[in-house]
This record gives sequence, C-alpha cells and structure tokens, in this order.
Amino acid sequence: MTALLEMRGVSGGYGPVQVLRGVDLTVEEGHVAVVLGANGAGKTTTLRAISGMIRCGGEILFGGQPLQGRRPEAVARRGIAHVPQGRGTFIDLSVEDNLRLGATGRRDNGVGADLAHWYDVFPSLGSRRHQQAGSMSGGEQQMLALARAMMARPRLLLLDEPSLGLAPLVTRELFSRLGELNREEGLTILVVEQNANLALDIGHWGYVLETGRIVVQGSAETLQGDEAVRRAYLGF
Amino acid sequence: MQLFVSQVLNGIGYGVVYGSVALALVLIFRVTGVLNFAQGEMALFSTYVSWKLTTTGMPVALAIALSMVIAFIGGALIERVFIRPVEGRSPLNVVIVTLGMFLAINSLTQLVFGTDPQQMPSPFPSGSIELFSSGGESIEVSKSTIGLIVVLLVECAALWFLLQRTRLGLRLRAVASNPDSARLVGINSGAMLMLGWGLAAALGALAGSLVASKQTAFDASLMQIILVYAFAAAALGGFESLIGAVVAGLIVGVAYTLTIQYIDALDGIELVMPLGLILAVLLVKPNGLFGRRTVERV
Repeated sequence: MTALLEMRGVSGGYGPVQVLRGVDLTVEEGHVAVVLGANGAGKTTTLRAISGMIRCGGEILFGGQPLQGRRPEAVARRGIAHVPQGRGTFIDLSVEDNLRLGATGRRDNGVGADLAHWYDVFPSLGSRRHQQAGSMSGGEQQMLALARAMMARPRLLLLDEPSLGLAPLVTRELFSRLGELNREEGLTILVVEQNANLALDIGHWGYVLETGRIVVQGSAETLQGDEAVRRAYLGF
Repeated sequence: MQLFVSQVLNGIGYGVVYGSVALALVLIFRVTGVLNFAQGEMALFSTYVSWKLTTTGMPVALAIALSMVIAFIGGALIERVFIRPVEGRSPLNVVIVTLGMFLAINSLTQLVFGTDPQQMPSPFPSGSIELFSSGGESIEVSKSTIGLIVVLLVECAALWFLLQRTRLGLRLRAVASNPDSARLVGINSGAMLMLGWGLAAALGALAGSLVASKQTAFDASLMQIILVYAFAAAALGGFESLIGAVVAGLIVGVAYTLTIQYIDALDGIELVMPLGLILAVLLVKPNGLFGRRTVERV
C-alpha cells in the first residue's frame, strides 16, 4: 500500500481564525477514507486546505509531491477533483456544459467518449443534457457533481458532505455508486460526511476530527464496532 | 409617411450605437457578473486614442483596430489592478470602484487629450443609399449607418460563437457562473476575468470610435448620455443576452427619435423615454425581453 495523500501537522484557517490545529491524515491509493466530526470541527476546511483554497502550515503530499502554495486550479490539474459542499454546480449552464467543464484540465481526445460513458451510468443526466443544471433535483445535481468530478479522470476524489439535503434513499443510492466507483475503477476517495454509518460502510479507514485535530482513527469496521467512539462522536 | 420612415432609420442609426455599447456591458456582466459603470469612459479614452492615431495619418480602420488592442490590454490591467482587490466581497464594492473609475478616467482623458472638441474621421464611405423613391419623395439611409449595422451584427455573431461554441467561452461562462467551482475544475479564474474585461474594453473602443465618427465633433462628454441609453438597452434585453442587447438598442434608438419627433410634451426631457421603457418592460417581464430565468432547486 502506498499513500496517495499525506497530511502532516496541517494547520490553518480563515484570517485570524485557526480551524485546523495539526491534522495528520493519510489516504492510501485505492482506498475510501472517511472524515467524521461535528459541525465546526474543520472537516470542510481540511478539504479546502488540500485544494489550496486556504493557506496552511504543515505538510501536504500528493503522490509524494508537496501541494502547499499551489493555487486551486493547479491542484485540480494534478488530478484532485473536489466536489465542494453545495455541489459546486454551474446552475445556469447546461448539464453537458457542466460535465465538459469537469474535463477542463485534460488534453486527451477521450472527453466525448467519457461523456457518453457517464450518460450511460447516469441516464437521467443524458436525457437532460441540454437542460439548465440548476433546474434538476438535489439528487440529480449530486449525481451531476459526481459525474463532473469523474470527467477529470481524477486520481483522488474529494467529497464534502455529499448527502447534504438529500432524501435518505437518494443518499443510499449515492453511496452505493461511490462504493462501485471505488471497487470497480479503483478510485481513491476522501469523503467528509455527517452520515457516519453510510460512509463507513463503503470506507476502509475513518478519522474523527474534533476542534481541528484528529482524535480517533481506525479501520471502518473498528470505528463502527467501537461503542465508545460511536456514542461520543458518531451519534448512532 | 416619409418623415416617419426617415425618423425610424435615424433611430436605427442611434440604436446601433446604443446596442454596441450595451453589448460590451452585457459581455462584462456575463463574464464577470459586474455592472461596469466606467464602460463608457473607458470607451471615451479609447476613442481619443483612435483619434490621436488617425492624426498621424494612419488609416482610420487600422487606427481603430490598434486602439482596440490597446484597450484590450488596458481593460485586462484595470481588472487586475483595480477590480481584483475588491472582488469576492460585496458586489457593492465593485460598483463603487467602477463609479470611481467613471470619474477618474473622464478626468484623465481631459488631462491627456485636452478639452477641445475633436473630429473623428469615419472608416465608412460617405454618402447615402436611396432605399426607394416615388412621386418626388425619396428615403435614404447613410452608408455609415449601414456600416455600423454590419459591424454590430458581426460583433454579435463573433461573441456568440466565442461564448457558446468554444472551450474558452465555456470557461468564461463557468467563471461567471461559479468562480470557486471554476477554480476547482482547474480554470484559472483570474486570467478569465482579465480576458473578459479586456474583450469588453476592446468592444467599447470600437463602439466609441464609431459613435464619434458619426458625429461632427466629440469631446469628453461623448459617452455619458450614450451610457444611459446603453444601460436601458442592456436592461431591456435582459442583461444576459447578446442579441437582446442589440435588438433592445435598436428599440431604444427608434423610440428616442420618434419621441423627439412626435411627443412634444417630452421636448427637452427625452431622457425619461428610455427609463420609462425600462420600467414598463421590467414590470411585465422582470428578466427583460430576452432574459432567461435561472432556476435553482436545492
């Protein structure tokens, strides 16, 4: 196992507000890593630090190369697709434009074939390809965000609270899709999620973040089985 | 009848001017989400640059083209230096900066080029073409008006192609739609914003130079009333739509000349006409004549 992403003692925040206080976190190649934690623990900020959207101290290595100081567009072009909270949909553009934008950093000729592939995987996107993306339901928009991220053929997918605002059934469908992508295409995923159980079901390794630090970590099964962790941090 | 038709043609002549400035406003709005109140004054400065170049004996069309290139660079620099630092906070900040630039660029223009009225030569042939004549009555349209219409249509088609049919255009629209998300898919937002401002400045340079060449003389007040009418046209057209800006520009132009001709009550206060028109349209269609509704389900 090699580590695709390593964060060592990462700290940072917004202006004078320190959110991350030394986060250590590793995502193995081909794994799904889950970051859990209460609101305000720094989950979103952790992802923003990786993407270069905030300045931070410490060390972030992606495939052995340092990421800090790079701008978000440069991080994206290195193969990290980040679906932010709220899905980052280009709501006034068409579904197809949204997907094409996902492939911005690519130089190869496979974009058309990939479009066809994702329309195949998500038929509801195909039938709405010329529709304004903002007019779709939350669940469809989350599928669109996922397909948009995949259009980049990323080495690492960052997902921020993908279940937010979705009906339970849709959330379950989404996580089963993510699990498939991981198993069948070997996609490495780092997902931040409130819905701990669902996320850990597809996850290999879990981290619990509290006030800017990792306080507990372990394999997904361990975390799910640990009574104390469950009661203290996961709420189920 | 003849008077009516010639006033309509006259109005179209004004309308293409309003439409071309409105096009620049719409472009900057679509690409950066900013209402640029300094658009007219940026065009004014560029018009003086065009004029200055023609005084060296340069052919008019070449002078305007060169001025457009200079305007492109200037517009991109203005974005980088003056707009970027206030971007991403309240949209009001950007509005105030563009209002400040409105005053600053106007003063700068007078400082650099003086306050005397100048004559901008026309790139179009002089004279007019007879549309039809019967019983001693004839209706003519000037070649410069036809030239302006052609330029405007080409401009509109080129912009549509750029925005809707090229990868670069898609990126420009993406940055306007969701700047953060655009960066996360790998788009250099800063470069796109500079490009948008540069393009709009170049369009403004073209519009300003052509407006000035239609008039016998121009000075630093050239664009001020035109900007009001152009804003009217942009609002009427829906602020998003290129073709909307052009059509609305023509409507405003024709309404302007017909108001002057036929509505004596508004003599001297014709400016209420475009504003009344905006009000009427926005009451009935809040997104303008050609605006799209943006829907978002969450």
